[in-house]
Amino acid sequence: MAFDGKAFFDTLFSTQFFLPALTTLGITLAAMLIAILLGFGGALAALSRSKALRGLVQIYLGFFRGVPVLVQIVFWYNAVPVLTNNAINLPALIAGTLALGLNEGAYMTEIIRSGLISVDPGQREAARALGMTKAKAMRRIVMPQALRVIIPPTGNQFIAMLKTTSLLFAIAVPEIFATGTGIYGRNFKYFEVLSVVSIWYLVLTGLLTLIQKVIERRFHIKERQPAKVVLALEHN
Amino acid sequence: MALVEIRNVHKRFGHQEVLKGVSLNVDAGEVVCLLGASGSGKTTLLRCINHLESVDEGEIKVAGELVGYARGADGKLKEEPDRITSAKRARIGMVFQRFNLFAHLTVLENVAEAPVQVLRVAPAEAEKRALALLASVGLKDKAGHYPHQLSGGQQQRVAIARASAMEPRLMLFDEPTSALDPELVGEVLETMRRLTADGMTMVLVTHELAFAREVADRVIMMADGQVVEEAPPGEFFTAPRHPRSKAFLARIMKPQ
Repeated sequence: MAFDGKAFFDTLFSTQFFLPALTTLGITLAAMLIAILLGFGGALAALSRSKALRGLVQIYLGFFRGVPVLVQIVFWYNAVPVLTNNAINLPALIAGTLALGLNEGAYMTEIIRSGLISVDPGQREAARALGMTKAKAMRRIVMPQALRVIIPPTGNQFIAMLKTTSLLFAIAVPEIFATGTGIYGRNFKYFEVLSVVSIWYLVLTGLLTLIQKVIERRFHIKERQPAKVVLALEHN
Repeated sequence: MALVEIRNVHKRFGHQEVLKGVSLNVDAGEVVCLLGASGSGKTTLLRCINHLESVDEGEIKVAGELVGYARGADGKLKEEPDRITSAKRARIGMVFQRFNLFAHLTVLENVAEAPVQVLRVAPAEAEKRALALLASVGLKDKAGHYPHQLSGGQQQRVAIARASAMEPRLMLFDEPTSALDPELVGEVLETMRRLTADGMTMVLVTHELAFAREVADRVIMMADGQVVEEAPPGEFFTAPRHPRSKAFLARIMKPQ
């Protein structure tokens, strides 16, 4: 097999991946935004006193974590229009982003829930004893501490999401991978084109990793762990 | 009128009844110590006063108002909105066994947080008062530290300053020295002693009998979810009447 250096560099330095890269990034951000909002709602519902809400979350988690995301993507794009007699017929980009967001929301629910339960119940109790309402205790005391636990795995999910957007090639969303398949479909330079596709993903995941590091530094995630309160108690 | 009125309070956790009809009054300016073996219900009773625990039967009033409930037109008690209970709780200070300082806030922020967030005090004013309170518990120089950088005794003194910052009319102490190493107990008791000197109304669950004897106006002995004896400390510690009080004192006073 011969590596076609010219095809590789031509593809690498061509502008045809600019828009797809932006599309990939945009889908990632939008899907994660949906997922994080769903995750907050899901986590609060999962920890609520209402049995009905907790049951609803279990059904949501069971369904969206149990069905392959590719199936869900095609479902939103192809099955929903049929199901609704074309009343709901979403463009591929919207259907795909929605499918990814809804699916990811199940994982974010679990991540945010674990963050919330990692905070010592005494923190919330102290806030309540000082006269804070439930909402204020959550916003001012519990959530800032939960975020330290929530942020690292959320960074992970962002990176995973960026790569998962490649599945949207199945419904012809012009993202990075779909653009690559279009090019090698014409010139049959699979290796060269897929190398370029990989490089684009590496650049974007590298960018997200960098952003994650900055955010973690801002939240002092390495310096102060809530658990240290307990440690101090045991060591003094 | 008593500041705290507890009438026939019952509390169940599942099938277990931990409070079986407790009645008790606490007057303004009074210091009342709740004593009893673990499981006697004293901590639960304390937590019912500011509605951290709900009450299954009976009622508790602080300054003439029910906390956590409102009386409906039919005369029955109903849970009141969170916002209203929270406003009442703001005037009842609480100090916990494990301090529960806010781990993500500095010492100064811990003390100033609730006055700003709940009482809407201007931040600069709240900080000024927080610093004065920290000075009064001897921890002004720790204002910028985080809780985990402090010893247990220092954390508990900050917790007392934090509760005081709300200018409560009543303070509840739930075994405030039980999680401390013995050499750190004294500094916390000293801080509490100063509150009693200021005339603060206090309800205190403690195992520090010498301290109870020194500061309490009245000692309440609890056993099996009931008050079995109520007496001035001088009387209680020298001549307990109830067999449970005698057994409790004998067990605790016995040299290890």
